[in-house]
Amino acid sequence: MIRWDVIEGNLPLIASKLLEHLALTAVAVGIGLAISALAAYFIRGRKRLVGPVTGTFSLLYTIPSLALLAFLVPVTHLSFLTAEIALVSCTLFILTRNILAGLAAVPTDALEAADAMGYGRFGRLWHVELPLALPLIMAGIRIATVTTLGLVMVTALIGFGGLGQVMLRGYNFRNDTLVLVGFVLTVALGLAADLGLGWLGRAVTPWSRARGT
Amino acid sequence: MARPGGHPLVAGTGDVMAVLTSTIAWFLDPAHWTGVDGVPSRTGEHVILSVLAVVIASAIALPAGLVVGHADRGERIATAVAGIGRAVPSYALLILFVPFFGLGFSSALPALVLLAIPPILVNTVTGIRDVDADTVEAGRGMGMTGREVLMDVEVPAALPVIIVGLRTSAVQVVATTTLAALVAGGGLGRYIVDGFARQQDDRIVAGAFLVAVLAIVTERFFTWIQRQLEGRPGTLRLDVPIAPSPFGGRVAD
Amino acid sequence: MTSPPSDAHRAATVAFDHATKRYPGTNTARSGAVQDLSLEVPAGKICVLVGPSGCGKTTSLKMVNRLIEPTSGRILIDGQDVASREVTDLRRSIGYVIQQVGLFPHQTIGENVATVPRLLGWEPDRRRTRSDELLTLVGLDAATYRDRYPAQLSGGERQRVGVARALAGDPPVMLMDEPFGAVDPIVRERLQNEFLRLQADLAKTILFVTHDIDEAIKMGDLVAVMEVGGKLAQFGTPEEILANPASDFVARFVGVDRGLKRLSLSRVGDLDLLPAITARPGDDAAEPRRRIMANPLEYLLMIDEANRPIGWIGQRQVPSGGALSVLMASAMSPLLDRRTTLKDALAMLIDAEVQVGIVVDDHGALEGLVTADEITAFRRRGAEGSGT
Repeated sequence: MIRWDVIEGNLPLIASKLLEHLALTAVAVGIGLAISALAAYFIRGRKRLVGPVTGTFSLLYTIPSLALLAFLVPVTHLSFLTAEIALVSCTLFILTRNILAGLAAVPTDALEAADAMGYGRFGRLWHVELPLALPLIMAGIRIATVTTLGLVMVTALIGFGGLGQVMLRGYNFRNDTLVLVGFVLTVALGLAADLGLGWLGRAVTPWSRARGT
Repeated sequence: MARPGGHPLVAGTGDVMAVLTSTIAWFLDPAHWTGVDGVPSRTGEHVILSVLAVVIASAIALPAGLVVGHADRGERIATAVAGIGRAVPSYALLILFVPFFGLGFSSALPALVLLAIPPILVNTVTGIRDVDADTVEAGRGMGMTGREVLMDVEVPAALPVIIVGLRTSAVQVVATTTLAALVAGGGLGRYIVDGFARQQDDRIVAGAFLVAVLAIVTERFFTWIQRQLEGRPGTLRLDVPIAPSPFGGRVAD
Repeated sequence: MTSPPSDAHRAATVAFDHATKRYPGTNTARSGAVQDLSLEVPAGKICVLVGPSGCGKTTSLKMVNRLIEPTSGRILIDGQDVASREVTDLRRSIGYVIQQVGLFPHQTIGENVATVPRLLGWEPDRRRTRSDELLTLVGLDAATYRDRYPAQLSGGERQRVGVARALAGDPPVMLMDEPFGAVDPIVRERLQNEFLRLQADLAKTILFVTHDIDEAIKMGDLVAVMEVGGKLAQFGTPEEILANPASDFVARFVGVDRGLKRLSLSRVGDLDLLPAITARPGDDAAEPRRRIMANPLEYLLMIDEANRPIGWIGQRQVPSGGALSVLMASAMSPLLDRRTTLKDALAMLIDAEVQVGIVVDDHGALEGLVTADEITAFRRRGAEGSGT
C-alpha cells in the first residue's frame, strides 16, 4: 500500500509542509501566549473582568475550528491571518486559564513571606509568583501546542494546513501513500510535542518533583 | 488584507455588512428549510451522527473505564490513551479512514467513535480513582462487595467527572462531524464545504453559525446536567485539564 | 539601605504609640482589630503578644512591618515612625517568621535563606557564605541542606530554615507569628530551647505572637496579654503576670496552675545539684556496692571515660564482687542541662523509669542529679517568697 517512490518524489513537498505545520503552530502558540499573559495580568484580581474574559475565550474555544474559519474567510479571506486568528482563538482559553490557575495556586504563605521580606510588586511577580505558577503554565503550553498541531490540519481547507495539505492532496488524488505519510507524521509530531514539552516542563521545575528526604 | 495568489475561491469582498445581510437573507429563504439540503435535514444528520458516535463510544469507554478505575491499575492505560488521543487529530483520522471504509458515513462514524473514546475513558478512570479512599474503605467495612462499592459508592461520587468527560467528547464530536462533509458526509459541514466550493459567502457563514450554535448548545446542555449533579454553580469549565499528567484528558479537535 | 556591619548587630527598640486598627463593618469579636495599643519593647528583649484568637495580636505584629497599616497611631522603631520609611526597605530590615514558614518551594534551602541578602544586592559569594553560616547557626548541616528543596525537609527542619532566612539580613528586629505552632510538641520544645540559646548571643528585639500562655511565659522577657477586641489586658514580665494578674480575664487566661507555670521561669541551674554515686565499666563491684547500699538513692550511675552517663544499675543488681559491665546498666533517666526549665524537667521526670534527672554539661559530662522532690520543694519555697 505504501509506495516508497511516491514518498521519494514528494519529499520536498512533505518537508515544506512539515515546516509550515510547525511554523503555523509556533506562531499561534506564541501569539496566544502573549495575549493570554497580558489578559491574565489585567484581569487578575479584578473579579468583574475574569468572568467575561474567560467566558469569551471559552466560547471561542467551543466554536468548532472549521466554523471559525468559515466566519473569518469572508472578512479576512484565504489568508495566513485567517488561519492564525482561528488557531490563536483556540489557544487563548487553555493558556489564560492555566496562567490564572497557576498564579492562584501559589501558596499564600510564600506570598506573605515575599512581601514581608521586602519584595516589590514586580520583584514578587517575577521571582516568586511566575516560577511557582510555571508547572501549570507549562502544562497549558503543552496542551495548547498539541491541540494546535491538530487544528492546523483543518486550515488545509483554506490553502494552509501543513501536513493536513499533504493528506488532503493524497485524498483528492486517491494517493493512499500521501494520506498515510501525512497521518503518521502528524501523529508523530503530536506525540513528540506532548512528550517533549512534558519533559521541558519537568526540566524547568526541578523543585516540583523534590519530595521526601 | 492580501489574498494569496492563486486562490480566488471565495467571492468575499471583505464587506462585513454585505455578508451579514446576505446571510440573513439566506436564512429567510424558505428554499433553505426544505429538502435533503435544508436546515432541518442537515441538522438532523449532524445530530444523529454525533449522538450515534457518542453512544457507541460510551458503550465501549464507560464499562472499560469503570473496570480499570475500580481495579486501581489504570494510571498507565489512562495516560497512554490520553497522550495518543491528544496527538491524533480528528481531521487526520477522518481522511485516513477513507481508503479503508470508503466515503461518507462509513468513514466518519468510526473516526468519530475513536475520537470520542479517550475523554470518556480517561475521565471515568480518573473519577473512579479519585473517589475518597476513606469513603471506599467505609463501604468495604460495611460489608459491600466490590461490585456494590463500585455501583453504590464510586460511580455516584465520580459521576460529575464522568459527565465532564461525556461533555468533552460530545462537543468534540459535534465539531468534528462538521469535517465529515470533507469526506462526502452529510451534516451542517456541507454548507461550509459547499459554500467554499461554490464561492457563496452567505452559505459558508450560515453553516458556520449553525455549527457554532449546535456546539454551544451541546456544551451548555452537558454543563447543565453536571451542575444539577453537583448541586452548585460553577464559573470555570473543567473539561480541559489544567495539567495533562498523570491523566491528560484533552483531545485535539 | 544596609546598615554598616558595625552597628548591624545592635537591636532596636520597638514602640507602639496608640496604635489602632479598625475594620469597617465587622463585629469586634474575631475581627483582629487593635484598640489603642501602647507599649515599648526595649532593645534586645523578647516581647510575647499572647491572647485568644481574634485578639489582634497578629494584626499588631503585621503593623510593625506594614503588612497592615494602622487606622491611627504610630509604630516606632528606634524612635522613627515606620510609616515614614520606604516600605520595601523597612521590611528588608525586619526578620519575619510565620507558622506556615512560607519558604519558596521553587528555591533551594540555600537560596531561600539568602533571599534578603539578594534583595540587598550582596555578591553571590557573600550570600553563599552567609546562608551556610546561618544554616549552621540553626543547627542544620550546610553541606547537606543547602541544595535541597523545602519539600524535602521535615516540618521542624523547615522552621529552622525559616528562622535562618529571617536572620539573613542581620535585622535588628524580628517578628515571629506562632513560629513553632505547626510542629509536634517534642520538636516545638527543642526549637524553643534552641532559639532561646541563639537569642542569648544574638540579642535581637523580638516580637513573638502565640496563643499558648506556656510558650509566652517560657519565651518572653516581657509578655503582653491581649483580649478579644484588641485591648491590651496586661503588659509586664512573666513573673509579674503570674504573680499579680491585672484582671479576671488575665487570671483566667493564665490558668489555675499558675504555680506550676512559674516553674518554667526557673531553670535547673537555679537548684543545688545532688552528687551521684558513679562507677565505670571494668571497676571492681565491691566498693561501689558498699557505697550504694548506704545511699538513700538506690541506683548506681555508670559513666564512661569522659564522664558521660551510660545508665543506672539498681541497688540489688550490683554484684558483690567482680568487674562491673556496661550490660548491667538497665535504666536511663532524662538528660537535663542547666538551662532546662524546671517545668520541662518535672514533666520529663514524671514519665521516667528512674525519677531522677541527670544534669550534664555541653559536652555531655555529668554535673549532678536533680530529683522531682527537689523541684516541687523549690516551687513551694518560691510561692511563699512571692506571697501567693
